[in-house]
Amino acid sequence: MLEIRGLTVDVAGRRVLNDVNMIIQEGEAHVLLGPNGSGKTTLLLSILGFPRYEVKEGEIIFKGEDITDLHTSERVKRGIGISFQNPPVIKGVNLGSMVNICMGEKTDEITEKTLELAGKMNLSEEFLKRDVNFGFSGGEVKRSEILQLIAQHSDFAMLDEPDSGVDIENMELIGKMIGELLQRDYLPSKRKRMGLIITHLATILDYIHADRAHVMLNGRIVCSGVPEELLSGIKKNGYEGCMRLCQK
Amino acid sequence: MPKIDLEKYSMKSEEHEPSELSQFKENRDDLSEIGYEIDEKERSGSYFQLDHSVLSSTSGQEGIEISTTTDALKKYDWLRDYWWNAVSPDKDRYTKQVDLRQTQGYFIHLLPGVKAEFPVQSCLLISQENIAQNVHNIIIAEEGSEVHIITGCSASHGVNSALHLGVSEIYVKKNAKLTFTMIHLWGPEIVVRPRTGIFIEENGTFTSNYVCMNPVKDLQMSPTAYCDKNARATFQTIIYASKDSKMDLGSNVFLKGDGSRAEIISRVIARDNSEVISRGDIIGKGHDVRGHLECRGLMLSNHAKIHAIPELEAETAEADLSHEAAVGRISEEEIEYLTSRGLDEEEAASVIVRGFLNVDIEGLPKELNGEIKKKIEMSAAVM
Repeated sequence: MLEIRGLTVDVAGRRVLNDVNMIIQEGEAHVLLGPNGSGKTTLLLSILGFPRYEVKEGEIIFKGEDITDLHTSERVKRGIGISFQNPPVIKGVNLGSMVNICMGEKTDEITEKTLELAGKMNLSEEFLKRDVNFGFSGGEVKRSEILQLIAQHSDFAMLDEPDSGVDIENMELIGKMIGELLQRDYLPSKRKRMGLIITHLATILDYIHADRAHVMLNGRIVCSGVPEELLSGIKKNGYEGCMRLCQK
Repeated sequence: MPKIDLEKYSMKSEEHEPSELSQFKENRDDLSEIGYEIDEKERSGSYFQLDHSVLSSTSGQEGIEISTTTDALKKYDWLRDYWWNAVSPDKDRYTKQVDLRQTQGYFIHLLPGVKAEFPVQSCLLISQENIAQNVHNIIIAEEGSEVHIITGCSASHGVNSALHLGVSEIYVKKNAKLTFTMIHLWGPEIVVRPRTGIFIEENGTFTSNYVCMNPVKDLQMSPTAYCDKNARATFQTIIYASKDSKMDLGSNVFLKGDGSRAEIISRVIARDNSEVISRGDIIGKGHDVRGHLECRGLMLSNHAKIHAIPELEAETAEADLSHEAAVGRISEEEIEYLTSRGLDEEEAASVIVRGFLNVDIEGLPKELNGEIKKKIEMSAAVM
């Protein structure tokens, strides 16, 4: 279980998250909705523990442990993983090596295991030899990120807009793989993995069938509920309207 | 760079016998670090010079000549046409010194159409305290020949002061292909001044790989390649400057022939109190010439200095020249990305440094490739 209690976060002296509360139970996939700049990515990176996200108040409890003050790599070791929206290029480090790092293997060689995983993401051996994120297309970035996330075997996977800039063909593949990652093909009672997905599109939900959705506005979670209902509410009334309805 | 007092160094060297080579068999690791295979196995030729004495100059393949330049000049009158042709003796006080007080140097000659089966290797080693080693080398790859020359220059452990002046004149004839890999492993008190000129004839290809991962007191060099029609010149430089090293390095390509191409890539890491000037200059004169210069520096210390000077000079509207230069520290974003994959910050920095220095050098023998990778690993690990 992941529990976020009253999380308040500053970035460069500016308040970005304000008293955020959220509980994700084992086996649950949640969706995070909200306009650009509302704090969704900040929430993910605060859970991940990047240093510039300064926790002012509140705590993050993961599998019963308070991880609020742990270093990112320690959180990752405890089973938290992420697929970034705009990951950086690292020159001279190829995707294959990144996948090895994710699997905790200390080799630059592309292993059978890596090849097999990449194959599932429709990524070739040639592609694994490319510098990570260098000249990748939108869809390639997403597939590369999800490949790394799968390689990490995280118990809790966060995905920051895995569906943005992705064409229809790739959307199906990405949706299917995220579904597999989050064990959505299992019976609900058998699911162990947790997920938190930022999305602007409803399409991804056709593959994930998330358990719960949250709407974030100005650094606060203003509304939580059944994903399909929230989405249709937002479509009809906008984020602000959705918030007003929620808080009636 | 500071003016070097040439008189400070001794021109007197004790004679070394070829039999002394055997002592290096016991310390073969030192030589393999600079790519020299002491047993001369899987080498198409070898040249070994210790201080002023030549301990080996052997050819391992028909059509490849290896000797000292002194002997070659006695043997071939025509060699006079190549002598001080790609480099001028009046270029500076160092070339003048080599002209006046030469202490051997190698002559490597590939006959027309000869393709070297293995690399040709050379080693220029300094073992005597306070000595001046002034070599003058000539390489000629005749029409259609192909070779990879690996040259390692080093000073023995314990040499606290020495001067290495090296003039190298390289001739790549029509359709010939020459790769020249130079590994420098000096010491914190060694002063080094190589002077190199390269002529590349029509359709010829010249590739230089230069690797220096160890401290050196003061090193300055700026080889110049002159390209004829459709010739190609590539310079790849990998520098890891540490301690009080001072290095001024550059590569210059003059694209005078129509359709000629140049690529200059350099990766410089500076740590401790090191100072590196990283230059590159491409001059486009012929029709339809193209050149690209990539100059990257990574700063690992607040006391180090990198000065990147990329230059492009077009003398015709048909020249297509570009450059990218970037100097900075390790990006926080890259560190975070790697920590999100489970590495701690130190491990992440190592991966980034390793990646930064990861330039592909084609055709490198497996052991030397391993040695360079090992050095990169080590330097990335001591951060």
